[in-house]
Amino acid sequence: MIYLDHNATTPISPPVLQTMMPFFQENFGNASSFCRAGRIARAGLEEARACIAAVIRSSPEEIVFTGSGTEADNLAIRGVCRAFCGRRCHIVTSSIEHHAVLKTCEDLEEQGTAVTRLPVDSRGVVDPDQVLQSLTPDTVLISIMAANNETGVLQPIEAISGIARSRGILFHTDAVQAFGKVPVNVDDLDIDLMTLSAHKIYGPKGVGALYVRKGSAIAPVLTGGSHERGKRAGTENIAAIAGFAKAAELAGKNLAEDAVNMAALRDAFEEQVMQRIAQVRVNGRDAPRVPNTSSMSFASVDGESILLHLDLKGICASTGSACATGSAQPSHVMRAMGLSPMDAQSTIRFSLGRDTSQGDLDFTVRVLADAISKLRHISSTA
Amino acid sequence: MVKERSDRDDSGMSSAENREAQPFQGPVLFYNDTVIDHFTNPRNVGEMKSDEADGYALVGDPSCGDQMKLWIRVGSGRITDIRFKSFGCPGAIATSSMATSMVLGKTLEEAAELTDDDVVRALGGIPEDKKHCSLLGIMALQKAIDDYLLGRMCAESCDDLS
Repeated sequence: MIYLDHNATTPISPPVLQTMMPFFQENFGNASSFCRAGRIARAGLEEARACIAAVIRSSPEEIVFTGSGTEADNLAIRGVCRAFCGRRCHIVTSSIEHHAVLKTCEDLEEQGTAVTRLPVDSRGVVDPDQVLQSLTPDTVLISIMAANNETGVLQPIEAISGIARSRGILFHTDAVQAFGKVPVNVDDLDIDLMTLSAHKIYGPKGVGALYVRKGSAIAPVLTGGSHERGKRAGTENIAAIAGFAKAAELAGKNLAEDAVNMAALRDAFEEQVMQRIAQVRVNGRDAPRVPNTSSMSFASVDGESILLHLDLKGICASTGSACATGSAQPSHVMRAMGLSPMDAQSTIRFSLGRDTSQGDLDFTVRVLADAISKLRHISSTA
Repeated sequence: MVKERSDRDDSGMSSAENREAQPFQGPVLFYNDTVIDHFTNPRNVGEMKSDEADGYALVGDPSCGDQMKLWIRVGSGRITDIRFKSFGCPGAIATSSMATSMVLGKTLEEAAELTDDDVVRALGGIPEDKKHCSLLGIMALQKAIDDYLLGRMCAESCDDLS
């Protein structure tokens, strides 16, 4: 199998699994327990917290572990709105966010919160000037993703966080797709809230984290025990958290060098595809992107039909985001970038990983060219 | 609990028979081999020039962007040739291929009675969220038949006038 869907999820790397194993049986304690077993678990938890904090250059107490990236997004957005309870709230976000942000904002909107969804240009980039213009006296939060999951396009986080800071508004970024691919340092980027996830960086599924800058007003969404400094109740999943920390540490090593190599592999792949296949559009190619993601639209053919041809040859890719699979709606990200419903429907995402080889990509180009040619022969719009 | 279950089996409501009676209960998660075959080797793909075709239809599903063109030739009240082209997902391509195969050689009346459920059943089921795709082929077929009938009505009324 050639796996080119790393933005959906990644396998757990062997050192990560090794780090996790003791916490299932030997060190199984509850980190909130007073006894020895609890203290050992607590030590594992706090070591993991310190490790993640070191990677993003925060203090350990600013890390809140959650059950997923989605939960961290929910905590950031709902948590801020609840902290401003009783006040009229306005949130600024973008039209290309992950559904974890978009659906959460929609839900709050139904409860009376005002929401502005900013457009993007044809490269898939949010304009900081439009962020500034959209602010109202009620704005309590700006939430803009660091890197888009479908295109890999990086957003001007520094410029937007600067605007938020100058106006005293909290800034949240969903950095799930950026983390481990480009440096995300909360001080350089001046971020108040940042969502992270483990399973995109060779860690386990079912664990994420929210960075919460000291002093940021945020109320819990899950209430119960006083876990995670009262910000997220529920017994901590220490095995997963320890694995997450190990994965973050490993992703942080050689980050710059790995990024250069992967971008070279990805760029060569895109070149080959464009040479072999006519009428291809590489989405977000003119914008800064994370190095592993390639979003391409192939005129006159349906993305899912391309996927099935690839799948029959053992190649795993995806249309847009895995979360939107099964919905008949064309990708909201592609539509926001100005693609017609049909072009949006013709889009495939390849996301490379650490083990992706030149040979994998050469084979993929051949299978892809064959699939497109077959499908264009059938197509009513070719 | 175990006793109860065996009683129910004895009463003839075994799960195997249930499956027999209701072949498509429960979620179908992925395309089966028949669907894959019709997707990778679709039958009746092609076009007809306007003077070759007796009926033509262009239909689209704006919700997902699928589009389909379908042509029929009619002789002695039967579909003697049928061609389609499709911009669509595997479900749309496979159901169009199956639908066109099922009506080729059939009378217009027989063809007009074909439903999307018939096509899905002939394919051995398709995933639940893909069922709407099978409608496109049926819509195209009905519209092409209507196009043929309308054309004939026009031709007849023109004859009457002359």
